Amino acid sequence: MSSRIERAAPAVLLALVLLGAWELYVDLAGVQADLLPAPHGVARALWENAGLLARNFAVTAEEVVLGLGLALAGGFVLAVAIHMSPLLRRAVYPLAVGSQAVPIPVIGVLLVFWWGFGLFPKLVVIALICFFPVVVTTVDGLRAVDPDQPKLLRTLDATRWQAFRFAELPAALPAALSGARIALAVGVIGAFIAETTTPTSGAYPGLGREIITDVNFQTSRAYAGTVVLFAFAIVCFYALALAQRRLAPWSAQPQGDPH
Amino acid sequence: MATELQSRTQPSPSRAASCGGILIENVSRTYARAGSRVEALDGVSLRASHGEVLAVVGPSGCGKTTLLELLCRLQPPDRGTIRCPPAALMPQRDLLLPWLSAVDNAALALRIAGVARAPARDRATALFAEVGLAGFEHVRPGELSGGMRQRVAFVRTLLSGKPVLCLDEPFGALDAITRSEMQEWLERTLAREARTVVLVTHDVEEAIVLADRVAVLSPRPGRVTAQLDVHIDRPRTRTDSAVIALREEALGALEAGRSR
Ligand SMILES: Nc1ncnc2c1ncn2[C@@H]1O[C@H](COP(=O)(O)OP(=O)(O)OP(=O)(O)O)[C@@H](O)[C@H]1O
Ligand SMILES: [Mg+2]
Repeated sequence: MSSRIERAAPAVLLALVLLGAWELYVDLAGVQADLLPAPHGVARALWENAGLLARNFAVTAEEVVLGLGLALAGGFVLAVAIHMSPLLRRAVYPLAVGSQAVPIPVIGVLLVFWWGFGLFPKLVVIALICFFPVVVTTVDGLRAVDPDQPKLLRTLDATRWQAFRFAELPAALPAALSGARIALAVGVIGAFIAETTTPTSGAYPGLGREIITDVNFQTSRAYAGTVVLFAFAIVCFYALALAQRRLAPWSAQPQGDPH
Repeated sequence: MATELQSRTQPSPSRAASCGGILIENVSRTYARAGSRVEALDGVSLRASHGEVLAVVGPSGCGKTTLLELLCRLQPPDRGTIRCPPAALMPQRDLLLPWLSAVDNAALALRIAGVARAPARDRATALFAEVGLAGFEHVRPGELSGGMRQRVAFVRTLLSGKPVLCLDEPFGALDAITRSEMQEWLERTLAREARTVVLVTHDVEEAIVLADRVAVLSPRPGRVTAQLDVHIDRPRTRTDSAVIALREEALGALEAGRSR
């Protein structure tokens, strides 16, 4: 327990130093609050709007978690397909790379036309934005399987499916989870993009849309929402690191693991 | 005895293969790779009848692993014929799966054959005690020593239930004492359930202690330069004068193959 605190200390310390510098800068330079609110102003906005932010956060958190899940599942399946078929590799890989350059607003209207104002088109946007790292790491994980391993399994009369289940699938799992952690880094901003490009019919539009409406006239509330997203990304990252240690305990300690 | 000796040195081809024996006739294998060709085996002929232990010794790179892969049908020969019942390979590198516990690695063949997890584990666990791995059933390979990993791989090979075992330097990573324990255990196991064994080793003494016949290969491309029948009563030890005499003969054949 105390070692956990010890490990978190550097990050907390650095955050405090940066907050202090920010506070000083706003005070000394006399920056307008609607340009850059001071940390204490953001903290107050966080406190005063806790209910509103919490409900919007719930919407965004669901989008991120499900969208990331979709990216993980889709990316994994695609990676396996690419791994198994050289033809697919040649056909799909360039298009998958290219898909990363598509500005989401271009297709936002189409997604809404297909799937309406609900959750699903937002999940598609998030998955589109963050599936690619999962594909790359998983394909590499699948390729990293010792080439002699399938030979051994063949002498034990393993079918192609069994070879996959016993050798390749477990080898790809930690790789896919590493990909998911990279994906997460863009997943939260992906949710922001999803909310601002596809309109919603729900009571709470999510933190992303809330922030974009607040940014001009309720600047400290926009910053408060940003703080929530900031913290959420950190929590998700370490939750995935924990999942990786649980699901793939044989793999090396994931980078950035605080424990 | 005389007839048995006869059949051992000259079994008819069909008989050797049909009774679980191995027949390798004039087999060559060349690896072709972007421009360069590596001739691994050249005109190798060997045989082993059912229940025999055939040891193969030869300098590094002379095609011993290649020979085992041919027997396991992992690659086809370029020339010649191979007749061999289904064979299980114990590879030179253990190739244990890092995500499975030791006992699950050992039980891999059973799991692939459709045995449920619990009975598969039970059968592997029973053998773990015999190879001195009791208590390490649930440890992952990453936390085992090289010698322990080899023993797990050995149990895995044995549990495949194949009539032929192709062992590629099975005891190479073991200390002298564990090694001779494993050799004794292999002998006892083979006495209990007859398997045809092809044992690749760089340890000439080990070959003589364990095998019914020792084939000596020349440096690459591998050719059989000598075959020594081992007519020494079991159990044999390294210090038996007959073993030592035969060792000198085998080392001489190795040396002759090298200078040829
Ligand atoms: N897949 C391969 N492609 C190309 N060359 C190969 C391949 N496998 C083996 N060789 C070559 O064939 C020769 C024989 O290899 P092999 O592994 O059978 O030797 P070995 O007798 O088992 O050696 P060692 O005692 O060092 O294990 C070597 O020169 C090796 O470089
Ligand atoms: Mg070898």
